[in-house]
Amino acid sequence: MQKVVSPEHLFFEAPREQVFITGSEAVREAVRRANVDMAISYPITPQSESMHLVGDIFKEGYIREYFRGENEFAVMSAVAGASMGGVRVFTATGGPGTLRAFELFSTWSGARLPIVCAFMTRGVNSPLTIQPDTIEMSYLLDTGMIMLHAENAQDLYDYLLKAFPIAEQTEVHIPVGVFADGFFVTHTRENVKVAPVDIKLPPYNAYSAPVPVMDMENVPFRQMRDPFVMKSNYVSYAAHASWQQEVMAAAERARPSISSYLGGLLEVENADADILIITSGTAVSIAREAVAQAKQEGLNVGLVKIKCIRPFPTEEIRALTKNAKAVIVPEFNRVGWLAKEIKSIIPDNDKVVGAPRVFGGMTMPTQSILAEIRRCQA
Amino acid sequence: MTKNILKMSPAFADIIPAEYRELVDNGPYGRDVGVAELGTFKELLEEHPLCAGCGLALALRIFLASLPAPEDTIVVGSTGCSSLVFPQAAVQNIHSLFGNQNSVASGLKRALKLRFPDKDKDVIVVAGDGATADIGLDMVMHSWFRRENITTIMLDNEAYANTGGQESGMSQQGTVLYMAPKGKNFPKISMPELAREAGCVYVAVGTPAQPRKLEKMLKRAIILARHVGPTYVQIMTPCPTNYKFKNNETVNRLKGLEKDGVFKPREYITAEAQEALNRLEEVSK
Ligand SMILES: Cc1ncc(C[n+]2csc(CCOP(=O)(O)OP(=O)(O)O)c2C)c(N)n1
Ligand SMILES: [Mg+2]
Repeated sequence: MQKVVSPEHLFFEAPREQVFITGSEAVREAVRRANVDMAISYPITPQSESMHLVGDIFKEGYIREYFRGENEFAVMSAVAGASMGGVRVFTATGGPGTLRAFELFSTWSGARLPIVCAFMTRGVNSPLTIQPDTIEMSYLLDTGMIMLHAENAQDLYDYLLKAFPIAEQTEVHIPVGVFADGFFVTHTRENVKVAPVDIKLPPYNAYSAPVPVMDMENVPFRQMRDPFVMKSNYVSYAAHASWQQEVMAAAERARPSISSYLGGLLEVENADADILIITSGTAVSIAREAVAQAKQEGLNVGLVKIKCIRPFPTEEIRALTKNAKAVIVPEFNRVGWLAKEIKSIIPDNDKVVGAPRVFGGMTMPTQSILAEIRRCQA
Repeated sequence: MTKNILKMSPAFADIIPAEYRELVDNGPYGRDVGVAELGTFKELLEEHPLCAGCGLALALRIFLASLPAPEDTIVVGSTGCSSLVFPQAAVQNIHSLFGNQNSVASGLKRALKLRFPDKDKDVIVVAGDGATADIGLDMVMHSWFRRENITTIMLDNEAYANTGGQESGMSQQGTVLYMAPKGKNFPKISMPELAREAGCVYVAVGTPAQPRKLEKMLKRAIILARHVGPTYVQIMTPCPTNYKFKNNETVNRLKGLEKDGVFKPREYITAEAQEALNRLEEVSK
């Protein structure tokens, strides 16, 4: 039997036990304490194990309903249906699975569904790859969902658990994607501090939704005189246009809670250095090591870890980069979506170095970041 | 939903839209009214933007009057002509995407079972032939394989009507439609038989030209989905706009297609469902 406690107690006050677990196991531990009603799964490497483990805790009675869907498009549709029916849902995917389901993500936001989905990022075909790569995050940037990027298994556990109360606030009520770099996080073991197993989040309140719950327990109303898609209807156009802005505004309204639960949308070490490395996910760990090595060479380098990609910490980054001479953005993808984001928000963006970029599944050598630091110093 | 929820504040009664007032005073919630009573009560559908003579419009009017428990019914739709109707119907409706209706319904039904374990919440999928037999076939069939407690209704106008009349898997072989400029070169998909093999406990093919018979099929399908397993009803709904016949000819056309053997009403029921039906129909007598 688990006792319901406040999110604040679960996150900040309850004693934490240190366990040596993989990222996939961290997903299980987060979901175990999240009071999830329903989880729906579909296998894809490197995500599968996490949803096996979620299946295990369903069998143990921590989740009320669980099944394997027939493909990711179907799974993301089924979690949408369940969420509209007023229950708390969880699912996970990655890489090709993300792309297969893609049409759903914008409709989750548009339908104001507080679905929490873990993305164990992986490269996309062709040629076939199962290796780590964060390119899918680039595609998801404008779907309207909140995007948190975990550096390690600890983050994955924390962000997943915190994603539920962030998503479910009435004034927010949009999906949260929690991203972790496949294999690097999912398949490696590390010390993770977790809350006791006998406490969990408060249950989801279906009527916290800012839109009608699809349960026929509230009055059905005629939604509109002419359906949105009817042609030549100014009201329809205006409704759609303003709704899109409202979804964006909902993400903006999530900033305070993301900030207080995660301790800011980003985290900084040595903010006053001339050279700043700004990155997210596991690239942060490698950059941290590069910064330490640079220090031994007498080079003063700062590190910014971005935890929240959507909404983007625009003002924070503007302020931090104001006096920096160079900004290095290492990334695990070909397109450099994070470098593009940063370039798009600061005035003197020729100082942004979109490198190193590692993709196709390789690891990122510390040396490759050090080389950029030395180049910027020269 | 208890009927109590559906009421008006007396202070606002004079500014509540007339159609809502009628729904409160004379709607079908919690009442035993059906197709035979059409015209004597406020129907769930308030206006609709479908074409004159649309087979779907007629079928949907009958469908909404056939609901055994409209106060506890959620309709899951799909993109297509029918999705233009449900925003104006007084039952909750989900329009998610084109083709994913049976997956959405699976998640919804399971969620409602969790939240209302002692209550029957009817989750009914209503979608076009393209949505059901083409783009959504995988998810339609998997919901049947999984034995989800949902009713699937196909409004079969033998074309993608909403996008201007393209061939669908349900079009008749040889028919010339957009994207089949030389005529469709494979036969109409045998959805009722696929449904029977895939796990539907009750399958019916009906026509709005016979409203009372169609009502009976729909009621059976909805009640059996509650208690036994997935059910499927395929309703023939000709499209005057894309098949280019006069819009006062729809019912005659339905009768003609049946007479010529092109359209064949039929019913399949498993022994288990038949037994349940006997029991339930006995109780309701
Ligand atoms: C993913 C996707 N592909 C295509 C469409 C375009 N589309 C909208 S309605 C429709 C046809 C619907 O046909 P059917 O299901 O038979 O319903 P009908 O309009 O005939 O009632 C199509 C192809 C879409 N909305 N979404
Ligand atoms: Mg059609």
